[in-house]
Parts: sequence; structure tokens; C-alpha cells
Amino acid sequence: MDTFNAIVQVLDSTIRLSVPLLLACLAGLYSERAGIFDIGLEGKMLVGAFAGASAAAVFHSALIGLGTAVLISVAFALVHGFASITHRGNQIVSGVAINFIAAGSTIILGQAWFSQGGRTPALQPGERFEAITWPGADAIKDVPVIGPIYAELISGHSILVYFAFAMVPFTWWVLFRTRFGLRMRAVGENPAAVDTAGISVAWLRYRALICTGILTGVAGAYLSMVQNGGFVKDMTAGKGYIALAALIFAKWKPVNAMFACLLFGFLDAAAIRLQGSPLPVIGKVPVQFMQALPYVLTVILLAGFIGKAIPPRAGGVPYVKER
Amino acid sequence: MSTPYAKLPAWADYGLIPLINLSVAFIVAGFVVMLVGENPFRAAVILVEGAFGKGTGIAFTLFYATTFIFTGLSVAVAAHCSLFNIGTEGQAYIGGLGIALVCLSLDSVLPWWVIFPIAIVAAAVFGAAWGFIPAYLQAKRGSHIVITTIMFNFIAASVMVYLLVGPLKPAGSQAPQTRNFLAGAELPKLNWIIELFGAKIRSAPLNICFLLALVMAFLVWLLIWRTRLGYEMRTYGHSPKAARYAGISETRIIITAMMISGALAGMMALNPVMGDQHNVAIDFVSGAGYVGIAVALMGRLHPVGIVLAAILFGMLYQGGAELAFEMPAISRDMIVIIQGLVILFAGALEHMFRPYIQALFASVSPKSVGMQAVNGKGA
Repeated sequence: MDTFNAIVQVLDSTIRLSVPLLLACLAGLYSERAGIFDIGLEGKMLVGAFAGASAAAVFHSALIGLGTAVLISVAFALVHGFASITHRGNQIVSGVAINFIAAGSTIILGQAWFSQGGRTPALQPGERFEAITWPGADAIKDVPVIGPIYAELISGHSILVYFAFAMVPFTWWVLFRTRFGLRMRAVGENPAAVDTAGISVAWLRYRALICTGILTGVAGAYLSMVQNGGFVKDMTAGKGYIALAALIFAKWKPVNAMFACLLFGFLDAAAIRLQGSPLPVIGKVPVQFMQALPYVLTVILLAGFIGKAIPPRAGGVPYVKER
Repeated sequence: MSTPYAKLPAWADYGLIPLINLSVAFIVAGFVVMLVGENPFRAAVILVEGAFGKGTGIAFTLFYATTFIFTGLSVAVAAHCSLFNIGTEGQAYIGGLGIALVCLSLDSVLPWWVIFPIAIVAAAVFGAAWGFIPAYLQAKRGSHIVITTIMFNFIAASVMVYLLVGPLKPAGSQAPQTRNFLAGAELPKLNWIIELFGAKIRSAPLNICFLLALVMAFLVWLLIWRTRLGYEMRTYGHSPKAARYAGISETRIIITAMMISGALAGMMALNPVMGDQHNVAIDFVSGAGYVGIAVALMGRLHPVGIVLAAILFGMLYQGGAELAFEMPAISRDMIVIIQGLVILFAGALEHMFRPYIQALFASVSPKSVGMQAVNGKGA
């Protein structure tokens, strides 16, 4: 029974840790499917986390926090769009720039506004998203097997967790069952064809980037308003890059993205749980190895040893109307 | 835009446009300073005085600049071959490992002038090796170099943390770093050069790596513009198809360019490790690899530009430290914003002002942009 409880706990933290990855990964999916590389997921998440926690603390409302997070994150996405769509700049350079501006400004503004060493004030109940207990969760908690699974894994998360997982089928539906999705995929593969059909390539790409901004904003809000009771500097800690890795791992497909993020979340959860205690068969595994595993796996995948990851064809290439 | 970009005179292309982009970046940074509630002009004065006001300040500025010359050159060499090496950070980190191995094993027996060349080679080899894998994967398996180099930065960080809290840490020590090197692995300082000009220096880490950096800048210029290899790299950078048609091996050129880039990145570690800290500690690179991106873009990928841009960023680092002292609301992270803004305006939005400037040049003097006069036989 102890092992079972331990497994449930690891899976529970897997879900908690994979939510920000999943949101950021789906965010990246929108922009990359539309043909815009987005290295700046990390930065947009970070400004989202900062804006969310600051607004929630100042206005004493979690919803205002979430709204601000989304707004600021979308604004950063539009800067990326302005540079890479309107001015046809290098998308990677622009993404890198956004990450730096985000990393610096969150610390500077946080220190100037709250003077707590770059932190935002600790959020009170009501200023952050609380866990939702599903009906009957407490009642069946002690039932073996089903009890812990229902009470720990399914119930007891915040609304943003359910939102993240709901975004998976929603994104699939948008991408493969709507006109917008079809056009978005087309613009990522062959923008000239979309242009010939009389549809604005730039406006489509801007809309895709707005979707990206919304999701990275929610991802940031999750970090600072659910997982943590406030903003801490550099709190994304490379999650945007892991999400990027997950996106490649998922071959730019929403359902695969969920599994990739759960896998990377699980690696993280397992690394925290094990903390250097020996595994059966393999023996002691250094924590650093577990931390590096998502990156190593992605490199191996990229090298084409576990199937081939083929990015959208027009990715990274600015669209020029006339040649 | 249906009209192709007219050619601007060289001084406008290499002087005016970067200057305008840079000024916009600093104006936006000034707004951030205002948002924090400080006076941007006073901040700028403190910054420049902190960097160049005293001898110690100048020495520190040049010390930081040394680091950025290496990383800037590293990014630039890869960029000439149209490879975006974001992995400079990780390559420099692993370069530090090479230096650590050399210094830890030889510092008790050999003098610095024997260890230094060995350490240069070790740093370059380790950095190049870390650049080799992403290059090989790009050339042979088509994996995107940007993504693999990012991944390799994280892998490098994990490897180094593992080594520095484990095998490389001296027994009985708590700090995650190697033991301090002995005198044999300490590089001589260059502060006397500044003292020649009459300035007084208390203690600053400026060391002979600065000269090495300048030599490397010259060698990179020689490589890119005066050798066959450099010509091939630029050809590939302009048009991979043309390069293939000319019989240039894609694999060879990608791997060579990335290994040179990695070697330059690895050498960056000499400056902080042997010149200043005398040990290898966790995160000693601390973002210098990323600064290299800004430096390379600002220097328009030319060694002279890179040296100037590196000195500017060295000034920001040193002056920024003084600024944080004078204006507590502005910490050193202000540099990170400026760095981001420079990358945005000098890199991604490089062409934002170009059409306006071209229009201006065309209206003032059509000849300067290569157009004939309006009443001529058409443009």
C-alpha cells in the first residue's frame, strides 16, 4: 500500500509539474504551426507570471491577476510579431531578445514596485487560484485504490490545471476541424498558397501569436498564482525551453504534446522524489542526470533516432509577398 | 516592399544604421529607468563615470570586455556561416572544465607561461568538442542547430553541476567549486598599462587574456576575409545552394565553423577562471555567452565592431555595478534589459529604419544610393 501511495503522489506531482509545460507547449504549437519559431516562450511565461502575481496582489483578485498576465504576455507576443512578421526580422533573434527583456524587466520592476528583492508580495487566499475539491472526494478518500486516485489525482487541483488539459482536445479541434486551423497550418507550410487564396498571411500569423500569448500568460499565472504564492525572480527556470523540447518531441501535435509534457513532468517529479536514493536494478542515479534527461531525449529525437521530427516547412522564414 | 533595398553608402550602412538602432534601444531603456522612478540622464552619467572615471573602472571595463570579445567572436564566426550558435554559453562552461583539468593537474609543477598555452588549447578543444555534436547533428541528420545548442547548454549545466558538487570538489569543502589554483595557474595582470597613463588602480582583474582576445579578433578577421575557408563559410552563409554548386562540402563547412565557434567560446573561460577567480565555480559563465549574441549583432559580425561592442557592454557591466550602488532601485539586471533591447533593435528590427534612411538619402542625393538623377534614363 505504501508503494501505491508513493506512486499516486509522484503522479500527482507529475500533473502539477507538467501543467506549465503543457500550456507553454501548446502555446508554441500555435505559433510554430503558423510558421513562426518562438524561442521566447520562456520570456512570455516569465512576464505572465510577474504581471499575474503583481496584479493579483495589488487588486486582491485572482481573476484580475490572470487577465493581466494574459494581457502582458500577449503584448510581448505582439512585439515578437512586429519584429518577425511586419519587419521580417530573424525570428530566433527576436525570441532571444524577448527572453532577455522579460528576465531583466521583471526583476527591475519587481524591485522598484515592491522592494522585496525581486519578489512580489505573498498572495493571500482569494488572490490565488485555490484547489477545487470534487464532489465526494473526501467521502471515498479511504476506499483503497480508487479513493486515492480520485481524491489525489483527479480532484484537488486548481481550475488552471483542468483548463490546461481541456486545451489539448480544444487545440486539436481548432487545428484540425476549423477553418482557422486549416489556414493556420497552411500558412506554416506554404504561405504563398494561402496568399494566393486571398487570405492575409500576416494577419493569420498575428492571430496565431495572440493565441500563443494567451496560453503563455496562463502558464505564467499558473506558476506564480497556483504553484507558488507569488513571483520569484527567474521562476520559469528553463521551463519555456523544456516546453520547446516537448513540442519537438510531440512532432507539433496537440495530443502528443500532452504525453510529452507528462513524460517530462514525470522525470522532474521522479528526480525530486528520488533525491539521490538508489533505484532498483539501475542503482543510484545522479539528480543532474534526471534533470538533463529531457534535453538528451530531445537531442536524440532531433537526430532522428526515435522517428523523425519534421517541423512546419515555412517555419522561421519571413514571408515576402513579391519576389 | 516591391522595390529592392537600394545600396546605402558604406558609412551609413556600417555606422549610421547601427548607431540609430542602438540609440533607440537606449531610449527605450531610458523609459524603463523613468518607470522605476529615476532620472535616466543622471543614470547615464553615473554609468559612464563608473566605467571610465577611474583607473580601476577602466580596468574592470576592459576585463569584462575581454570575456565578451571571445563570446562575440564565437557567435559571429558561426553566423558568417548562417549558423545561429546559441550554445556559446554551454561551450564556454565546458571550456572551463578543460582549463580546470589542466590547472588542477599542472599548477604545482609548471610556471604560468607554460600552463597558459596548454590551457588555451584545452579550453579550445573542450569548447570545440561541445560545439561539434550539434554541428554534426545539423550537418548529417538535419537537426536544427538552434534547438540542439539550447539543449546542449542545459546538458552542459547539468554535467558541470554534477562534476562540481562531486568529483571536482575538494574533500571537506561545501562550496560547489574546484580548489583554488596555485600560483602556476594565475595569469599576470595588465593593470600596469593603465597605470602608465597615470591612473591609479587598487585591484582589478584585467589580465593578459585581453591581449589574447585582441589577437583572436585579428585572426578571426584574417580567417573570414583573407582565407579560403572563410570565403567558403561566407559563401555557404549567403547561399547554401551556391556553395553546394561550387563544390564546397556542406558537412565539412558546418562542422568546421561550429568547432571554431566553440573553440572561441571555450577560450572565454580563460579570462574569469585563470585571470580572476582562480577556480572553476558553478555558473561562472553567468550569461556571457548570451551577451555574445548582442555583441556580435551590434558589431555587425565584424571583429572591429565586435571589439567596440564588447567594450560598450563591458562599460555597461562595470558602470552598472556602480549604478546599482548609487541608485538602489536599479540593479545590475538593468543590463539584461539593455542587452535584450539591443538584440531586438540591432538584430530582429535591424531593417526597421532602413527604408526611411534610404528614402532620405535618395531625396537628398540620389547618387549616393546608386540611383541616377531623376531626369536620367530611368533608375
